[in-house]
Amino acid sequence: MTNGAAPAASSTRRSAIPPAAWALIALAYLAVSAWSSVRLPNSLFAFLFFLSSLFLLYYAPVATVLRVVLGAVALLLLMPVIGASNAFYLEVATQVGIFVALALGLNIVVGLAGLLDLGYVAFFAVGAYLWAVMGSAQATVAFGIAPLASWWFFPFLVLSVVAAGVAGVMLGLPVLRLRGDYLAIVTLGFGEVIRVLANNLDKPINFTNGPQGISPVGRPPLFFLDAWNRWLAGMGRAPWEESAVYPFVFYFLVIAVVAVVILVTHRVEDSHVGRAWTAIREDEAAAVTMGIPLVRMKLLAFATGASFAGVMGMLFASKQYFINPESFTFMESIGVLAMVILGGMGNIPGAILGASLVTILNLQVLKDLSIWLNGLRQAGTIVTLPIIGSYNLASLPAQLEPAKYERMVFGVILILMMIFRPQGILPSRRRARELHDVAAAGEVATNA
Amino acid sequence: MTTAVAAIDFELLGRIFPRVLVDGILLGFVYSLIALGYTMVYGVLEFINFAHSEIFMVGAFIGAEVLLILQAARVLAASPPLLSLLASVLAAGVIAGLLAVTIERVAYRPLRGAPRLVPLISAIGVSFFLQDLVRMIWALHRNAFYLTYPPIEVFNQRFPAGAYALWGGAAAVAIAAIGWLMRRAGRGVARARFESLSMLPKYTSIALGIVSVGLLILDPNRVLTVPVKSLVVIGASLLVLSVLVYVVNQTKLGMAIRAVAEDQATASLMGVNVNQIISVTFLIGGLMGGIAGALFGLQFGTVNPYSGFIPGLKAFTAAVLGGIGNIPGAMLGGLVLGVLEALAGSYLSLISGGAFGAEYKDIFAFSVLILILIFRPRGLLGEVVREKL
Amino acid sequence: MMSKSWGHVVMAVLVALSLTVPLGLTDAMGAAASHGTVKIATQSPLSGGQSVLGVGIKDGATLGVEQAQAALARAGWRVLVVPFDDQAKPDVGVANAKRIVADREILGVVGHLNSGVAIPSSEVYKDANLVMVSPANTNPKITDRGYKNVNRIVGRDDVQGPVGAQFAKSQGAKSVYIIHDKTAYGQGVAEFFRDDARKLGLTIAGFEGTEEKSSFDAIITPIEAKNPDLIYFGGIYDQAAVFFKQVRERGIKAKFLGPDGMDSPELPKIAGNAVVGMHYTTVAGPAAFYPEAKTFAANFKAKFGRDPEPFAAQAFDSARIIIAAIENVSRRGRPDRASVAAAVRNTKNWKGVTGTISFDGRGDLAKAKYFVINIVSADPAKWGSNKLVRGIDVGPGSR
Repeated sequence: MTNGAAPAASSTRRSAIPPAAWALIALAYLAVSAWSSVRLPNSLFAFLFFLSSLFLLYYAPVATVLRVVLGAVALLLLMPVIGASNAFYLEVATQVGIFVALALGLNIVVGLAGLLDLGYVAFFAVGAYLWAVMGSAQATVAFGIAPLASWWFFPFLVLSVVAAGVAGVMLGLPVLRLRGDYLAIVTLGFGEVIRVLANNLDKPINFTNGPQGISPVGRPPLFFLDAWNRWLAGMGRAPWEESAVYPFVFYFLVIAVVAVVILVTHRVEDSHVGRAWTAIREDEAAAVTMGIPLVRMKLLAFATGASFAGVMGMLFASKQYFINPESFTFMESIGVLAMVILGGMGNIPGAILGASLVTILNLQVLKDLSIWLNGLRQAGTIVTLPIIGSYNLASLPAQLEPAKYERMVFGVILILMMIFRPQGILPSRRRARELHDVAAAGEVATNA
Repeated sequence: MTTAVAAIDFELLGRIFPRVLVDGILLGFVYSLIALGYTMVYGVLEFINFAHSEIFMVGAFIGAEVLLILQAARVLAASPPLLSLLASVLAAGVIAGLLAVTIERVAYRPLRGAPRLVPLISAIGVSFFLQDLVRMIWALHRNAFYLTYPPIEVFNQRFPAGAYALWGGAAAVAIAAIGWLMRRAGRGVARARFESLSMLPKYTSIALGIVSVGLLILDPNRVLTVPVKSLVVIGASLLVLSVLVYVVNQTKLGMAIRAVAEDQATASLMGVNVNQIISVTFLIGGLMGGIAGALFGLQFGTVNPYSGFIPGLKAFTAAVLGGIGNIPGAMLGGLVLGVLEALAGSYLSLISGGAFGAEYKDIFAFSVLILILIFRPRGLLGEVVREKL
Repeated sequence: MMSKSWGHVVMAVLVALSLTVPLGLTDAMGAAASHGTVKIATQSPLSGGQSVLGVGIKDGATLGVEQAQAALARAGWRVLVVPFDDQAKPDVGVANAKRIVADREILGVVGHLNSGVAIPSSEVYKDANLVMVSPANTNPKITDRGYKNVNRIVGRDDVQGPVGAQFAKSQGAKSVYIIHDKTAYGQGVAEFFRDDARKLGLTIAGFEGTEEKSSFDAIITPIEAKNPDLIYFGGIYDQAAVFFKQVRERGIKAKFLGPDGMDSPELPKIAGNAVVGMHYTTVAGPAAFYPEAKTFAANFKAKFGRDPEPFAAQAFDSARIIIAAIENVSRRGRPDRASVAAAVRNTKNWKGVTGTISFDGRGDLAKAKYFVINIVSADPAKWGSNKLVRGIDVGPGSR
């Protein structure tokens, strides 16, 4: 994470606080937040505090080496420790990772190449089903072969990338000529086609087991666990349970994949390919006249974006232990798109932040809010408000159960975010400038 | 599982064909009615109003609410059915139209200059909000999740399609005659206005004539029964289509709308109040969404806060199929989609011996959509724009 | 420049956030660990198109807890319900499950609606020995995994389908046409119905799945051509009602039959006369014959102002079974999850509104009583007077 909007800017920043102090502040922030998260395993604020420390780290004007080292410590050491004290946080972190990779993949297609894709979850499904079918008893049902041994998990990580990439090209080929909303509807259709296929290919030959889904999906082998448990036994300690170890394994796998995804995106973004994508996004005709191979570049964008989703789909299937088509609906595609746009289209940190925020909001913050309100209600808390007077929450009608309206609050947040920050939270610099110009132009137009 | 490949019963396939086609056309008009609202807004703003599904759903709720209130007041059974229907549909249309204008004002207007995906996300936020808001309101109001339309018996009666066709043909001739008279009657100062207004019956009679002839060809023996409510939907679609084509092409307002669609900045320089025109566009779009919602509810009997989503998606597909932004295109796209779905839904299972059933109808429809878009990248009636190089 | 000033804003937000840590220290959101409180979580979709059933499950469980509160209060325990919205999404369900597991006061889960959410989520409960009693998941895989903590008080697809098939034959049907809703529940029960109907010598005129919710014309045309004696709908009442209504409007005279997803007064409300005379199979006894069921329906209506949805009665029983187990265990001290799970599994001959419940070794109902019920009136208010046609005792089915 050496490049990106903010660090570059920070080097020129005339800050009153010397870099060394910043380093100390970052360190202290990280340490205190991690400590409070472990000590208060049920406190939402402590955990959010810890997560925010990662962004402080990213923005603090400290040496790159320090930033990378501290980031690695936070993600690879502190997060698992926090996860050990509360497994829920590890789950949240893992899901954040999954959606970060999805958002980065979609960011390539939508943000960089400017191709609106409303069926992105299809590629997620391709990866998920590839491994779910081959790595479970479903392989016997579908192809009459024994389920693949667990070590096949690792070759399949590569294979799922390839399969999803091929699916991306397959989608890309027929729609090369389409623009804008015509592209959107076709990709939307493609996403639905994949889901409907997954839901229906239980006959005439049972490939996907239809709506009943596939379970148990194979998990990666734990090569080290036997040896480790023998060693523990030698020390007179209780052995580690497989089921307790897997959440950590998946967390680390997700982190590893996300790291690769970030690296790839980052390298591609500034390569001639990335510049070609941007050119296509800005003006297709001009890009062609400049000698950019349109077909190849568009297909490459689809394939790259798809491949990220494919590998994450596979991890998702394995982590979930069970998959069925309900995980791959149109709303999932929309969710990932919202992450990309909320975070800031065309910008890596933006996509990461968008994915983290939406996931944490949905899994944690809104749930906490509704649980808290529900607790107040069940306890019969009396709220006193000016004008309205006091009101016993226990007499709130059952129809207003807070847990029912989390999605509504999310909708309002989406609207407000778009109104007050249309360029996303962390826009790419080019996008921010453009928007500024366009807005100014629009202002002129409507005022005239 | 045994996959017994039974011999295809071609006689059966042929026998049910007219029925399938009629079903497809009836469904197609439902899609068309919703698609018109989509396409109206798109034509002006080039923006997919994803919340149109929810505007449609609100219309369906209001329509049901009006009928339920009438029923509770014991007016429903006593009053003429067409009047109750009109009350319900108009109330649905007006409230949905006002809602659409409000949504535009709150959630889209501040984003006018932003990249096109930004209002899309905002629209999705509006969707989420409206779905659960409607659920909350009717949970408190009636403690209901579903609103069921009180049955109006007249609309559930069925008559042969062929018989309708004769009536429809007669109506088309009559409307055409009215149009002709209007053209003749206009003299002097009012002539121009009369002449343009006479286009309305002209469009309606042409559309009605085509549909009537189609139904007559499909059902010459008058055996395929069609419920009256489907006819109401067909009539409403044709009327809405005619009014829209008329308003957009023949009136001053339509000219302003077209100007804004072409170029907002220039239109504003020409003295067109862009904001006002966009609000009017949303009002018209919402009005049509609400009408479509109420008629949809009447047609299928029940609505819930999430039931706008699928019809909305289908209508969006229909609008794209026909060439989004193109008003007759939306109608055509809806019909094509409806017929495709009916063909797939009825035939796939019979042809494949049960191996591929009606559940593949969406795949079939989307495959055809992709094929059409490959050959006509701007939809069936969309203008072919030459690449400027 | 935008990004630079934005960087400062981010910093400011982070610093502001750090100031909230004292709030975190007072633990505003976390469980206030007061002694004598136990919690029961519900997990079901509370938003989205399936929320009507999900809310029914939540409300049924809430009512169950409320009514059982007195018994536990005597033993010194306060029971709270913690409702979770799993949005019918597996990823959300699993995340909720992890959070549920992390709250040590939660001693049982009533859920889920969707098997697709229940299976991965119950993997999480299993690791924490947290008992789950499912009011709605009929998928055989739920219990076939043999977990000690996973139970259900709803019949399996492989029982309900065959019960329906037997009934269809007894009605003199020669050919049946089967429609299902493409969900795990609907398709599952429809497939078992088909297989048994075939074994019993009935002709399967057609087997068709559809996600369509409003226009069934395209599907009805082949039915009309095949003219079956009976139409079986594997699915939920909202879709079924619209379907049945359109079938009758087309003049098809076939008998109708469905699974327990039909069990709602909304069915005649939407479909009107079309469903009068049709039958459905269920484990919840009709109110007219079972005073408990009648009381439950009345209490539910009194508290929530509407009739119970399908699976609400099952959720009511699920919650009460968990509470009964907690009560048993709490006589020996503070209840822990493992012993509550064991106590639930040991439930024998427990009288509930959905029948007398005993779990077998896998967590299925050892013996389920199935009822075939005849809908007598198009008036939703007369749902309670539906006729009991027959009761069939069946075991949990074979793998």
